[in-house]
Amino acid sequence: MKVVLVGLSHHVAPVELRERVAVAPEAAAALAATLVRAGDGEAEAICLSTCNRMELYLASRDAGAAEAQAVAALAELAGVGGDELLPRLYRLHDEAAALHLFRVAAGLDSMVPGEGEILGQVKDAYEAGTPGPILDHLFRQALHAGKKVRSETAIGESPASVSSAAAALAQQVFGDLTGRRVLVIGAGKAGELAARALAARGATIASVVNRGAERAATVAEQVGAVAVPFERIGAELETADVVVAATGAPGLVLQRDQVAAAMRVRKGRPLFLIDIAVPRDLDPAIHDIDDCYLYDIDDIEAVVASSLAGRRREASRAESIVAEETDRYREWKTALDVVPAIASLRAHAEEIRQRELERVEGRLARLPVADRRIVESITAQIVNKLLHLPTVRMKEAAATPNGIVYADALEHLFGLNEKERPK
Amino acid sequence: MAEAFFWLALLAYGESVVAYAANVRSPGRAGRLATWGVRLGWLAQTALLGVQAARADGFPWTTWAGSLNLFTWLVVVAYLVWGCTPRYRLLGLGVMPLVVALLLAAWAGGGTGSQAPSSSSTGFLVLHVAFVLAAFAGFTLSAALAGLYLWQERALKRRQAGILRLPAPSLATLEILVTRTIVVGLPCLTVGIVTGLIRLRREGAGVDALMVVTLVTWAVYAAFLLLRYEAGWRGRRAAYLALTGFALVLVVRLGLPLAHFS
Repeated sequence: MKVVLVGLSHHVAPVELRERVAVAPEAAAALAATLVRAGDGEAEAICLSTCNRMELYLASRDAGAAEAQAVAALAELAGVGGDELLPRLYRLHDEAAALHLFRVAAGLDSMVPGEGEILGQVKDAYEAGTPGPILDHLFRQALHAGKKVRSETAIGESPASVSSAAAALAQQVFGDLTGRRVLVIGAGKAGELAARALAARGATIASVVNRGAERAATVAEQVGAVAVPFERIGAELETADVVVAATGAPGLVLQRDQVAAAMRVRKGRPLFLIDIAVPRDLDPAIHDIDDCYLYDIDDIEAVVASSLAGRRREASRAESIVAEETDRYREWKTALDVVPAIASLRAHAEEIRQRELERVEGRLARLPVADRRIVESITAQIVNKLLHLPTVRMKEAAATPNGIVYADALEHLFGLNEKERPK
Repeated sequence: MAEAFFWLALLAYGESVVAYAANVRSPGRAGRLATWGVRLGWLAQTALLGVQAARADGFPWTTWAGSLNLFTWLVVVAYLVWGCTPRYRLLGLGVMPLVVALLLAAWAGGGTGSQAPSSSSTGFLVLHVAFVLAAFAGFTLSAALAGLYLWQERALKRRQAGILRLPAPSLATLEILVTRTIVVGLPCLTVGIVTGLIRLRREGAGVDALMVVTLVTWAVYAAFLLLRYEAGWRGRRAAYLALTGFALVLVVRLGLPLAHFS
C-alpha cells in the first residue's frame, strides 16, 4: 500500500483558487468516501480542508491511479481541467507525504508558525475521513507529533496578532482578566477587535466612549457595553482596568492630566492602556505615571515581531521532533512490508517440512509413538534454527530503509509467491 | 554520610542555578531540569538534616552555621510551594543562587556536619529558632517575589519587545503573593521573638544588637502590612519595602551572627 497526498495550500495557490476547492466538513467526509469507493477494494482516504489548504490523503495499492483520482476530484471542485490545476498542486508519496502531514499538524506549514487551530482541524479531518490501517496509523501519529511539538517547544505560547498581543500584555499586568473592566475609546472596527480579544479572555467590555453618540450606542449594543458621553471619560477612567483607544481623531483625545487625576482616585490600582490609533489618541506622557502602562501600535507590533521571531526559533526544535516522528513512521511502514515476507518464508519452510514427513509417512507409521514425536520435534527444530538468524536479521532490517530490499531478496531467493503470503 | 548528603544537595542546587539561567535563554527543558535539581537537592538536604538530628540526640541547629543550614532548607521548602510551576521559574533564578551561597556558608561554618545539641537546648529555644527561621524563609521568598515584580514591572515600563517570550507571573499575582507570604511570615516572627524574649528573661541575659535589628525587621514587615491594607500601598513602593525588610533579614542572618550565638 502506498500513501499518496495531493493538495494545495497558501504556499502555492492564491485565495481565489483555495476558496473554490474548500469544502465544509460534511462535504469533506463525503469526498473521502467517494474516493474510497472509486479506488481498489482496499483504498483509504482522508480530506483535510481548511481556509489555507485542501489536501487529499489516499492509501492505495496503485499510487498512480489514486493520484489521478485525487487530481480529478480537486479539478472538479475548482471547476478547471486537471492539467490546468497541476502547477498549483503538490503531489507527495509515502515518507514525503507523512513528513508533510506531521509538519502541518505541528503548525510548521501554517501561515503563522505554531498556530494551534490546525491540530484540531487535522483531528476533525481524521475523524470524518475513511481511513484504513495505513491512514489510521499515519493520522494518529500526526496528531501525536502535533501534540508533542506543542508540549516540548514554546512554538505556540506567544501571541501572533496585535489584538492577541494586547490582551496578553494586559494579562501580564492583571493575570486573570475575568471581571476586569475595559473602556473602549472610539467606535471603529480596530478598537472593537482588540476589546473582543480581551473579552475572549474573560474581561468585561464595560463602556464605549465616542464623540458621535449614535455610533457609540450601536457599538456598545453589539459588545454588551454602555455608551458613555465623551465628557464623562474621567469618571470611566476611575473604574476601568484596561483602556483601548482607536478613534480616527487627528489629535490626542486623552491627556496625561486626565489620567493622573483618575489615578489619584484609583489608589495604586494599575491601568493598562492600548493605543492602536494612527495618529495616536493617548498622550505618550501617560506612560510616565506610576502604575500606568501605555502601549501604542508600534510597541505592540514590536512585541508581535519578537513573538514571531521566537516562534521561528522554536520551529527548528519542532522540525527535529517532526523528523523523529517521520523516521518512526518509516520504520513502521517498512516493517509492514517486511513482516509478510518473514511470515511467508516460515510458512514456506513449514510446508516443505510437512511435505517431506508425509512422503515418508509409511515408514514413520512403523515407529513407536514416542519416536515419531522425536522425529517431528527434530525436523521442527531444524527448520526453526535455520530460519532464526534470517528472521532476526530481517526484523533488524525492517527498521532501516533497506528493509524492503531484503524482503524482495527473500522472495526472489526462496521463490515466495506474493499471492500466497498470509495477510 | 552527612558529608555525602551535603555535596549531593549542593550539586543539585548548583545544577538548578545553571539550568534556571539556561531556561532564560531557551525556556522549556532547562526549566524542567532546574525544577528536578531543586527537588533532588531538597531531598538530599532533608536527609542531611535527618542524619544531623539522629546523631545529636536533641535540637542540633542552635549554632550560627547549623541554623543557617536549617534556614536554607526552609527557604527551599518555601520556594517549592510555587517555584515548581513553569510560570515561576524566573523566581528560581533569584532564590537558588542565594540558597547555594547560604548552604556554602553553613558548610564553611561547620553547620553541615555533626552538630552537638546546645547545652541550653530548651523547648523555648527550639520554638524560638524554628519560628524565626520559618519567618525569615518566608521573607526570603517574599523578597524574591518582590524582585520578580520589579523586574516584570520594569520590562512593562520599558516596553521590552520580548516580554511575552519568557513566562512570568502577572504583576497582580506577584503583588498578592508578596503580601500573603508576609502575612504568614510576620506571625511566625512574632512567636519567635516572644519565645526568645521569654527565654531571655528566664536566663536574665541582656539585649544584643541582633535582637534590636530583629525587632526593627518585625516593625518593617508590620508597617508593610499596615500600609498595604490601610493606606493602599501597592506596586513598586510595596515591593521596595519588602526588599528593605529582607535586607534586614540578611543583616540578622549573616551580618550579626556571632554576638547572639555565642
